[in-house]
Amino acid sequence: MIDLAQRAVEAALAAGASDAEAYASEETGREVRAHGGEVESLTAATKRGVGVRAWTGARVGYAFGTDLAEEGIAAIAARAAEAARVADEDEFAGPPSANGEASQDLPLSDPSIAEWSPARVADLALAVERAALDADRRIAGVEQAVYADAAERVAIASSTGIAGEFESSSCYAYLQALAEGEDGRETGLGFGLARGPAGLDPVAIGREGAERATAMIGARKPESRSCPVVLDATVAASFVALVGGALGAGGVQRGRSPFADRIGDEVAGEALVLHDDGLEPDGFASSPVDGEGVPRRRTALIEGGRLRTYLYDSYTARRGGAASTGNAGRGGYRSQPSVAASNLVVAPGEPSFDEMLRETGEGVCVTDVAGLHSGANPVSGVFSVGASGRAVRGGELAEPLREFTIASDLVSMLRAVRAAGAAPRWVPFGGSVSTPPLLIGEMAVSGS
Amino acid sequence: MSDAGGLIEPAVAERVLARALAGGGEFAEVFAERRGGLTMAIDETRIESVQSGAEEGAGVRVFSGGTTYFAHVDGLDPADLERAAAEAASALRADSVEPRPLQAVATTPQPIEQPPGDVPAERKAALLRELDERGRGVGAEIVQFMASYAEARREVAVADSDGLFTGDDRTRVRIGAQSVARRGDAVETGAETLGGCRGFELFDSDPAAIAEQAAGKALTLLDAGPAPAGAMPVVVAGGFGGVLFHEMTGHGLEADHVQKGASVYADKLGEQVAQPLLTAFDDGRLPGEWGSDAIDDEGTPTRKTPVLEEGRLVSFLYDRLTARRGGAASTGNGRRESFRHLPIPRMTNTYIAPGDAEPEAMIAEVKNGFYAVSFAGGQVDPATGDFVFGVSEGYLIEDGKVTRPCRGATLVGNCLQALAAIDAVGNDFEMKTGMCGKGGQKAPVGTGQGHVRIGAMTVGGTEV
Repeated sequence: MIDLAQRAVEAALAAGASDAEAYASEETGREVRAHGGEVESLTAATKRGVGVRAWTGARVGYAFGTDLAEEGIAAIAARAAEAARVADEDEFAGPPSANGEASQDLPLSDPSIAEWSPARVADLALAVERAALDADRRIAGVEQAVYADAAERVAIASSTGIAGEFESSSCYAYLQALAEGEDGRETGLGFGLARGPAGLDPVAIGREGAERATAMIGARKPESRSCPVVLDATVAASFVALVGGALGAGGVQRGRSPFADRIGDEVAGEALVLHDDGLEPDGFASSPVDGEGVPRRRTALIEGGRLRTYLYDSYTARRGGAASTGNAGRGGYRSQPSVAASNLVVAPGEPSFDEMLRETGEGVCVTDVAGLHSGANPVSGVFSVGASGRAVRGGELAEPLREFTIASDLVSMLRAVRAAGAAPRWVPFGGSVSTPPLLIGEMAVSGS
Repeated sequence: MSDAGGLIEPAVAERVLARALAGGGEFAEVFAERRGGLTMAIDETRIESVQSGAEEGAGVRVFSGGTTYFAHVDGLDPADLERAAAEAASALRADSVEPRPLQAVATTPQPIEQPPGDVPAERKAALLRELDERGRGVGAEIVQFMASYAEARREVAVADSDGLFTGDDRTRVRIGAQSVARRGDAVETGAETLGGCRGFELFDSDPAAIAEQAAGKALTLLDAGPAPAGAMPVVVAGGFGGVLFHEMTGHGLEADHVQKGASVYADKLGEQVAQPLLTAFDDGRLPGEWGSDAIDDEGTPTRKTPVLEEGRLVSFLYDRLTARRGGAASTGNGRRESFRHLPIPRMTNTYIAPGDAEPEAMIAEVKNGFYAVSFAGGQVDPATGDFVFGVSEGYLIEDGKVTRPCRGATLVGNCLQALAAIDAVGNDFEMKTGMCGKGGQKAPVGTGQGHVRIGAMTVGGTEV
């Protein structure tokens, strides 16, 4: 793989680039979809490709392709050099430098992926479905139970001496359970993720879906009001992912982040401590190096209620007079690198979930949000999103609630964080996030 | 005219299909694709993110019993295709059918006057510079302006064991404009897009107007107050307002949700689900529209499917597999993001047909309510019918008049209730482009309507 990446770099230099970088990847994966006790579909995937970033002086261009024969690589490299000629000059554009030693012993691969046959992972998906059906007689069915895995090898090389290669594997399973309600059906999501199928617990995943679906039976709209709100770990993770996106230096430097010009400011309640950690073994975004070959690391973002730093890749680091934090993100060979959080980790606090409810007293516990991508403005941080969950009365969970919205802005919400729970969970929605439930002192709830 | 021969030789396709059925199965299909594209952006008045892609590959699927076996590979060499066929067939142990000889079916792709690949990249950059100038020219409070250009060509071929051998050649172009306006501490954004199943000719008549529209939206919002909260009548404007129908009804009509009992419309076929003033279609043949193609990704010709006729639910949207299960015919809605995905029932261009109400009168009849002009997007759970929309441009209606703009509003509700509550459909009409996500796959879709009024809906804002 690294040879392939190096050949692509050479080809781009031969096509007239002054510097070049290549990212090559090869992936095999499987997916099983189960429904009604049967395997609905079984997919086997192989993917391979290369992406080339070419610089001509202060101009940069990108090209990618799947043809990895000699002429194919030459054509991709030539298109990258051509793309660079179309771009305008940018004084901060330039190839990354390695900037330190990469961690060598990250355990990112699980052999159970290779060991488990298609029939065995299909049984796992069926077991997830069965667990939901067995959990509660009000479960009328399962829309879909899904298992998917992938094993990937990545190589990154550049004309500035970067040369790295690593492997990783991941898998997940989820289901959408359907409960028969008083007036229609309710849905509940259960999920789990691991490095290999041996790390998944199909019964826990199925039960979670069943519990979430049945908990919503009889839900109605809450009254519109302003009140304390508990975000369960899955919902908290969605908001943390939004915060992580807004802390990327790219948006900050261009004045498009609610956190711009706020280093050192009080942006959160003391209970909220947030790190970006690209080396956390359980985190799915972990890797020895980032998407442009710079070593991953652990970076404190919010501590003591104050904003400590932004996330940088090489370009934004050069522009901001900072060092890269190893946060060049990349969605595979088809996308050029840009600043992105790796694993966002919220430090767990003291209180149990029940203690958080007691502290809430009268309020709302949100267990699901919808429309985050359309209901949140990443520039201003203002959001209003659809939600469902449970009422909190007398410090305990009460009746189910649906069809309401919660609204605030990111900084006001973070400042209102009164407690972080004791039990964190990895959640893959909108990024890789580990967070406990969060108690927000006050938020606008809009229902009837 | 387009056929499948440019991507895959008939003899190779026949060999691959025979290989796919060697271990058993009732049906096999090979889907081959070559895709290429160019994207670029302007930000801080600088052309950047110039990116060019070229991929090819194929997906092979086999139906056996209730199971679909699917394998995909990068590359279109006969060896790649046979590898995919062998992979798809590897788990099969059942009686098989003999594939029928292939019969080529020619199709007529959407006409493209000016293939974007023939237009020099400098002209595309110049188009973005024009957008930038126009957007920034709207006012000093426009502090940021970004625009993007994207062109894509997808050549596809489908061969199956029923003997179908066909193809399509799809070119799409799209530009987008985004602006940020600032006044003191207030920051607002505005966005607008223009796209279609068209060539570069789509940009012949004043494409940079979208830059002014995007900037205008952001400026308008600087004067915005908090959005109201609570239930009230809502008037939705034409064009991208159609995303409301897309989410509220369209997804629930996709036959995969229906057949799993995961749609609130599952037992409503033939029933009156809306007032008689509502008629709606899914139409994959609308010339030049963003969601149009000659055939779907299973080789079925696209068509115009009435889904609501005078308020009565008359059809679901089927791909081949759900049509087989449901004893229906495919409605040409089997779409896939690429050769790396299985086809699923998807909307194409979905719209509410124009009614007879005057938009001004529809607003004038509302005492106090909300006017939603544009959405940032939406989401629905088809099983429960619960939906949510983020409003990117909205106004209060007070005493029958549109008054102040509101920021940060969200509409939430339940499909069946909201659909039944539509009490007026305007005589205006506009189509807009959208990217729809379902099951991890993105698809270009058109949404359209004129003004539509919903008698009561929950508006979620901060003004509690």
